[in-house]
Amino acid sequence: MIEEAAADERIILGEPSLKAGEVLYSLRDVSVEYGTRVGPVAAVDHVSLDIRKGEILGLVGESGCGKSTLGKAMLRMIARPGKISTGELWFDGVDLLKISEKNMRQIRGARLGMVFQDPMTSLNPLSKIVDHLTETIMTHESSVSEAAARDRAAQLIGRLGLREERIDDYPHQFSGGMRQRIMIALALALRADLVIADEPTTALDVIVEAQFLDLLRELRDEFDLTIVLITHNIGVVAEVADRVAVMYAGRLAELASVNDLFLDTKHPYGQGLLRAVPNIELDGAELYQMEGAPPNLLHTPTGCAFHPRCPAVMPVCSQHQPAFASIGRDHYTACWLYEDHPTGPEAHDE
Amino acid sequence: MNPLLIVFLIFGIPAGLSLGWVFLRGSSSLRRYILTRIALTLPMVIILISVVFFVLRVMPGDVVSSTLGPKASEAARENIMEALGLDDPLIVQYVRFLGDVVTLDLGNSFIGARRPIVDELGERLPATLELIIPAAIVALGTGLLFGTFAAIRRKKPADYSLRLYSVIVYSMPIFWLGLLLRLVFSVWLDWTPIAGRIDVVTNTTLERTTNLLFIDSILSGNWEALRSVLRHMILPAMTLGLVLSGVFIRLTRINVIETLQEDYVAAARARGIRERVVTYSYALKNAMIPVVTVIGLQVAILLAGAVLTETVFNWPGMGRYLIERISSRDFQAVQSTVAVFALFVAMISLAVDVIYSVLDPRVKY
Repeated sequence: MIEEAAADERIILGEPSLKAGEVLYSLRDVSVEYGTRVGPVAAVDHVSLDIRKGEILGLVGESGCGKSTLGKAMLRMIARPGKISTGELWFDGVDLLKISEKNMRQIRGARLGMVFQDPMTSLNPLSKIVDHLTETIMTHESSVSEAAARDRAAQLIGRLGLREERIDDYPHQFSGGMRQRIMIALALALRADLVIADEPTTALDVIVEAQFLDLLRELRDEFDLTIVLITHNIGVVAEVADRVAVMYAGRLAELASVNDLFLDTKHPYGQGLLRAVPNIELDGAELYQMEGAPPNLLHTPTGCAFHPRCPAVMPVCSQHQPAFASIGRDHYTACWLYEDHPTGPEAHDE
Repeated sequence: MNPLLIVFLIFGIPAGLSLGWVFLRGSSSLRRYILTRIALTLPMVIILISVVFFVLRVMPGDVVSSTLGPKASEAARENIMEALGLDDPLIVQYVRFLGDVVTLDLGNSFIGARRPIVDELGERLPATLELIIPAAIVALGTGLLFGTFAAIRRKKPADYSLRLYSVIVYSMPIFWLGLLLRLVFSVWLDWTPIAGRIDVVTNTTLERTTNLLFIDSILSGNWEALRSVLRHMILPAMTLGLVLSGVFIRLTRINVIETLQEDYVAAARARGIRERVVTYSYALKNAMIPVVTVIGLQVAILLAGAVLTETVFNWPGMGRYLIERISSRDFQAVQSTVAVFALFVAMISLAVDVIYSVLDPRVKY
């Protein structure tokens, strides 16, 4: 009991204990289920993933593949009827699924930050920017005075490239790109270790998007940040991510460094995704279009969920689910192409 | 000093001060909007009282037959008509009435001792205010409280019961609910007085200055009277307030549910903001915007409901006054009462618009 309390305290306060490259956040066998009238649907299905201190991890996949759900699960923010049904969420040495809601709340915003997709709707329209920031600071650091919190807010806003005197403005007085910077400022207000950015540039135009991605990189170096960048835009990932995780139908399909993933894609789904990106050098050649659509999670195909759409499908694919296994240095994939096939039909069944 | 004037001062000074504050603090467009709204109130009131003026005179029956009966002699009849100025051409009567309104004199009543309307309203308006203000507090209080409660307990038994409750009270006729409450609490349980504003005996001890008995009894330190006033106030205020609370519960509930699903609420939770703060400071405050709009619209319904409630509880307010004077065809009284009602509704709707601009920084006029 005492040990647990001590662990809780340590994780809430946060000590700069980790070096760059060490695992900061580790998801172990995490599943998220949504109860529906026709039974539970697994939006995230037994995902294990290590996030390293100081990296930008891109999490890509089509709409509905579970990437946003995974992001929310990392903050323990799955709303009913959904729930995290299995797994462990190890953050800085503590399993977040084991701590109380109160402690979890203290970690949210202080050590784990989140930036949402639509900056136009992510700020309270009735509150000034400064109130958002001071409220966040003072919620987590009760000893900070209003004036001190205000100073910090102004500094942060200034750092993110907005004029400091604009902290007294309301959200509707800012453009989308500016608001997304404010969202980042909110995540940085308490120097969060890990920021989960859920499609942060989807609502921005390309120029603002490029500026925002540059800013993310700068902030990562300056604030010693770790960033999980959830996106369906492969180009965004190629630009800023260190490592990339590809999700399909609630599972991880591939995980590799950004170079490996783009130059040596292993999983047929990842290969398809890359071929489907418009390329200025294609010069008239027709853009590749992947067959089919992501599966309905109520009826996920047996075996590998991708097999009905897979150009390299084999008999085994429809029967057994491939393990998510290492196929090289820091390169993982879940595909029968790179794994020994089970000898008998029951070999991999559990 | 006329009680009507005192009542206007009691409510007018704080309202005027806050309006002035908003006016000075607000943008130039807000100032222009407020001035335009005040200026527009004038033609609105004039049109309304003009319509009432002419409709009253088209209505069958007149004050003579209602006071003297059908068998009155022609001489007596003409006598009264002349005394009241009813024998003048319609246009002369109309201009005279407009003049009365402009000079805030309102003329004299047609019946009884022909007292100045201002004096009669000075007795009646405070009674109505003492009914509708507590009723509005009951309606809004239960609406916001239970509405938010139902929203955070969405799809749980508490939510279903509150939704059922709001449909029932909303569809209940006011006079029927009034009679029902009176039967239960006054007749069967004998907890509350059956009608009126104050005990007859206590009334003789109370020194009246504003005719707002609640304030009068506090001013004169007459606690016995205060107790009696509050006891008399409970049932009428509950009747009117509960009927209106249904709308506010449903409205608050649905708006809180909607705002709780907004991204900024999820974002606030992701920043570790306490759930209580998220519910009340984020969700309820945002949900208040449409609720405030409806408050403005409900004021007219509140006044209409006051007419019924006053009739059931024998409450000597504007509503009952209006009914009495309509049946005795006291045109002067009816016109004036409607003018006061119209002014009241206009002022509340102006207040709502101003509150709106204070509440929501996005609102630009």
